[in-house]
Amino acid sequence: MSGIVAAKVSGLATKRDTSRTASGSVSPLRPVMIALEWFGNLGIFFWQVLRAGVTPPYEWRELIRQMDEVGARSLSLVVMAGAAIGVVVSLEARYSLAHFGAKSLFPATLVYSVIEIMGPIITGLVVSGRVGAGIGAELASMKVTEQIDAIEVSAVNPYRLLAAPRILACIVMLPLLTLAADAAALLTGWATQAMVEPLSFHQFINDGFYGATLNAFLPPTFKTAVYGLIIGTIACFHGMRTRGGAAGVGRAATNSVVLGSLFVILADVVLVKFILAVFP
Amino acid sequence: MMPREISQESTETGQVNTLAVAIEQVHQSFGGHRVLDGVSLSVASGKTLAVLGRSGTGKSVLLRMVIGLQKPDAGRVRILGQDLSGLTLDKLGEIRKTMGFLFQHAALYDSLTVEDNVGFPLDHHRKDMTAAERRERVHTLLTEVGIVGSLHKMPSELSGGMQKRVGLARALALNPGILLLDEPTAGLDPIGSGEIDELVLKLKEERHMSSIVVTHDMHSAKTIADRLVLLDQGHVVIEGTFDDLKGSDNEFVRLFLKQS
Repeated sequence: MSGIVAAKVSGLATKRDTSRTASGSVSPLRPVMIALEWFGNLGIFFWQVLRAGVTPPYEWRELIRQMDEVGARSLSLVVMAGAAIGVVVSLEARYSLAHFGAKSLFPATLVYSVIEIMGPIITGLVVSGRVGAGIGAELASMKVTEQIDAIEVSAVNPYRLLAAPRILACIVMLPLLTLAADAAALLTGWATQAMVEPLSFHQFINDGFYGATLNAFLPPTFKTAVYGLIIGTIACFHGMRTRGGAAGVGRAATNSVVLGSLFVILADVVLVKFILAVFP
Repeated sequence: MMPREISQESTETGQVNTLAVAIEQVHQSFGGHRVLDGVSLSVASGKTLAVLGRSGTGKSVLLRMVIGLQKPDAGRVRILGQDLSGLTLDKLGEIRKTMGFLFQHAALYDSLTVEDNVGFPLDHHRKDMTAAERRERVHTLLTEVGIVGSLHKMPSELSGGMQKRVGLARALALNPGILLLDEPTAGLDPIGSGEIDELVLKLKEERHMSSIVVTHDMHSAKTIADRLVLLDQGHVVIEGTFDDLKGSDNEFVRLFLKQS
């Protein structure tokens, strides 16, 4: 079993085209079969990573390096994106609230829309673009130059050394980056409003968080750990199973970003429903 | 046909020795193209086997099967009597510690220096070593393969021949009993090829290593191998000493020797 998995992940397993009919024409079910095969391979890959990741030896040094790569090096980008979102939401909210005569609700509207909706998803998408592409391209480049095979023949488990620390780093760093994006958005949102009408930051925070409970803010922030899981897993999966030289590296990077972003958005739909059900 | 049991050999004195490597009736296809079709080979302890053949005859695939990077469609590979099939990656890793593998293009880690490339297996499997002992071991290995003073260079700063030497040093880091070499002299000038051949011979004599060498280079194969195997269309055409190949009346063998 594990041998088959290893061969599949290393991209060398014999591929049989099961999507063609007896007459040789392409079956209409081909996209479904390709999708099922992709999910199947992703599941097998994730199982391999999970098994390698929870058993010693643990790659602490690589985990710290990846946390720096995913977290510290994404921080400025995430903060800038958050700051921009803060300005946009502030401008839009002020106009809409003034239209309905509810300007006093501005702080709460900004706080809730940033922390519950915009902050997590923007952080997820920004990190998916920067980190997903980076992980996908790096691992794919190692794959096509046989460096991952070299790790394996050195009796080092590449799932443990390469995939597990990257995925775990994404899981840990996404919520922290989300907090940074939220803070930047609230700061610029307040500043934008304060430039038009006098509003102290203290007043803004008091009004914005009035009556708020941790249940309202913690689940949306920590749901980004799931985004991290998705971004890291998809990028490592595409990177480690690529083939075909430079074109394969490009494909892996593109797929990591596109599919990572898509699944982050889809996961958001599910997670919002889940959070509303569990933390009403 | 029952696969031939070749994981053991009988010596002239009647003793039974476990073979270093035994490949039994392996089959491998890629996209409907049959690359290996029931190939059986073995390497006795301390001996060198050269695998020859035209491009695309599955020589490298065979080598990847021995190290467990490729699972055969059918058949078995045994290392020191242990069947590789069905092993987890970690159990396979324990067997891989007894083997060294030199890739055709060296496959050095491009983000690590020469020193860290060679020290990579030590970092992961010799945690008992101090930093000084590790440095000393890396220096010894690099000296052994003829590289002095390039410890802090990156792989991209090395020539192809030097990269192969560093790859060889890395393959030897854990003192393996079995050495697998994929086209060790490909792309090297005749002097560089000769030096690699001498190095392999030296390792064989000093460390009594068992080796499998995949090569196109007949001169190299003749120099370093005890036995040679010629593959064609997924089959073993001939197996024996260089003199056996030279004396063969098989048309393909004669053509191969003539063109080499």
